[in-house]
Amino acid sequence: MSVPAESVSLVSRIHLAFDLRRGSPTMEGWDPNTKSTLTKIPLLTVKAGPRDGGAWAQRLKEEYRALIAYTQMNKSNDNDWFRISAANSEGTRWIGKCWYVHNLLKYEFDLQFDIPVTYPATAPELELPQLDGKTQKMYRGGKICLTLHFKPLWAKNCPRFGIAHALCLGLAPWLAAEIPILVDSGMIKHKDDAAPSTET
Amino acid sequence: MAMEVELKEMLDEIQSLKQSLPDSSKSSIDKLQLYVKHLTDLVKSAPVRRPKLKDMSAEVVDSNPYSRLMALQRMGIVENYERIREYSVAIVGIGGVGSVAAEMLTRCGIGRLLLYDYDKVELANMNRLFFRPEQAGMTKTDAAVQTLQDINPDVVLESYTLNITTVQGFETFMSSLGNKTFRPEKEGSGVDLVLSCVDNYEARMVVNQACNELNQTWMESGVSEDAVSGHIQLLIPGETACFACAPPLVVASGVDERTLKREGVCAASLPTTMGVVAGLLVQNTLKYLLKFGHVSPYLGYNSLKDYFPTMEMRPNPQCSNAACLDRQKEYLLVKPARDAAKAKMEAEALLVAEGPLHADNEWNISIVDDSEIDVKDVSSSDTLPEGLTRELPIADEFSRLPASGPSDMSMDDLEELRKQLEALNAD
Repeated sequence: MSVPAESVSLVSRIHLAFDLRRGSPTMEGWDPNTKSTLTKIPLLTVKAGPRDGGAWAQRLKEEYRALIAYTQMNKSNDNDWFRISAANSEGTRWIGKCWYVHNLLKYEFDLQFDIPVTYPATAPELELPQLDGKTQKMYRGGKICLTLHFKPLWAKNCPRFGIAHALCLGLAPWLAAEIPILVDSGMIKHKDDAAPSTET
Repeated sequence: MAMEVELKEMLDEIQSLKQSLPDSSKSSIDKLQLYVKHLTDLVKSAPVRRPKLKDMSAEVVDSNPYSRLMALQRMGIVENYERIREYSVAIVGIGGVGSVAAEMLTRCGIGRLLLYDYDKVELANMNRLFFRPEQAGMTKTDAAVQTLQDINPDVVLESYTLNITTVQGFETFMSSLGNKTFRPEKEGSGVDLVLSCVDNYEARMVVNQACNELNQTWMESGVSEDAVSGHIQLLIPGETACFACAPPLVVASGVDERTLKREGVCAASLPTTMGVVAGLLVQNTLKYLLKFGHVSPYLGYNSLKDYFPTMEMRPNPQCSNAACLDRQKEYLLVKPARDAAKAKMEAEALLVAEGPLHADNEWNISIVDDSEIDVKDVSSSDTLPEGLTRELPIADEFSRLPASGPSDMSMDDLEELRKQLEALNAD
């Protein structure tokens, strides 16, 4: 098990945020690993949401192709860090897991999100329900805060970015920035520490 | 209170009656006294709720909840205030702005309010107005209905506890806006105005989608995440810019961005800024519904500098929203007739006002016409009025690649892809 390569430090994330606020959402400021990974995830072409019938089915295929490519890439780079699959046949709700390695310990969380009716004009709101209320960089219901580091990139690249891009550029840097803080501050515990040992 | 006073007077009457009567009948008087005392206790303990009123009275008495509102009519500000009872307003997002807007409209005697929110009241909301600590844990919509029906039982309240951004929530949202049972003769949808009081871009885009599809006029409101600025915006599908015509505008805080500390929290809030924005929003709503004054197309509020930028935005002919483009086409078709009718009305109004209001103008007072509002093409971002900036970038130019082969059309392909991902997920 290795530490995910896509660890954007908190400092570089904040610099990135300020770049974005000046109105130039570029990939400057992101670490080279994330950049090279991103360029290898297939871009999407169909601009369609869940209310668009046949066009949505086409979009869904592109989403799957991008997710498959990204998952394969992660596995071959020894950087596997999430599982995601559609929870309904329409492909409007997705559930899975994501994990992050900190100090050689693996922390795993449930991951879920809905595809909004205005997709892809608006990004999916990624939720980590188990962390709800544990960090301020989160909205109600465990929705992670993507406002500064991700939303401008999504807006600029609509409709070419999909679920895979949201995980790579939205969730991965969030985990890299937040999980170490949550662990170090004692807000989350490793599963082996959480249950008191019954052996004596 | 009025009932308590009357019971007190009744007790006094009984007391004086008792003194004037012979001792033989005193025991039944005592019984009567006990009854009245018991009733007084009941009145004191029960929450006072006034009965529903059939009409809005203009009578100036302490007990008339509408006397000060109907006075607007007598003063010539509003031509027909009572029409407010015919109107339905939908409020999306019952948070710091939406709940206060709902209370204002309830106190104004609006006909019907539709309230949408999926959230619950929390103690963390107590820095804002309206909700009370004992309502923590209730859904915002239920807590709002509880308070609002006590304030004004004449208002028809409908609460929808749902998330409008999900496919299912959106369907309920659309059908509730279309329901016309409150006023079947109304043209168009079942509501007169939609107020967006949500706190995120995604939900605003959903309200925009619904209103573009229903050809429904709506107003947008927002408070910045740093709690020091806000805005309201009027959106008439096809006639003004829709919310997707250009990246959203934000009122710049006017302080150096680099000095703002953003680490740690995703949103701050103040009851003051939210109260001001709710006030601006409902004032614009009242002007729009009751047809008085100037309805602002966009009004910003920068609280650090007390600066209020205004502007007007034309729709973007290249808008990415298909329903917006449909509404734009329809508007261009009816525009010549509308412009002619408007010019005729203005000419008639001018004729009426022709006679000088004040024959002598000793102080040379003149009214300066300040109607020159900036009208902007939303597609050109470099011409924004001072103090306004874009929240998000415009999507890059992008030409659709040719579809990758005919095999893309089959549904089996989708199932095949799903299986491939599952196989990868399995190891």
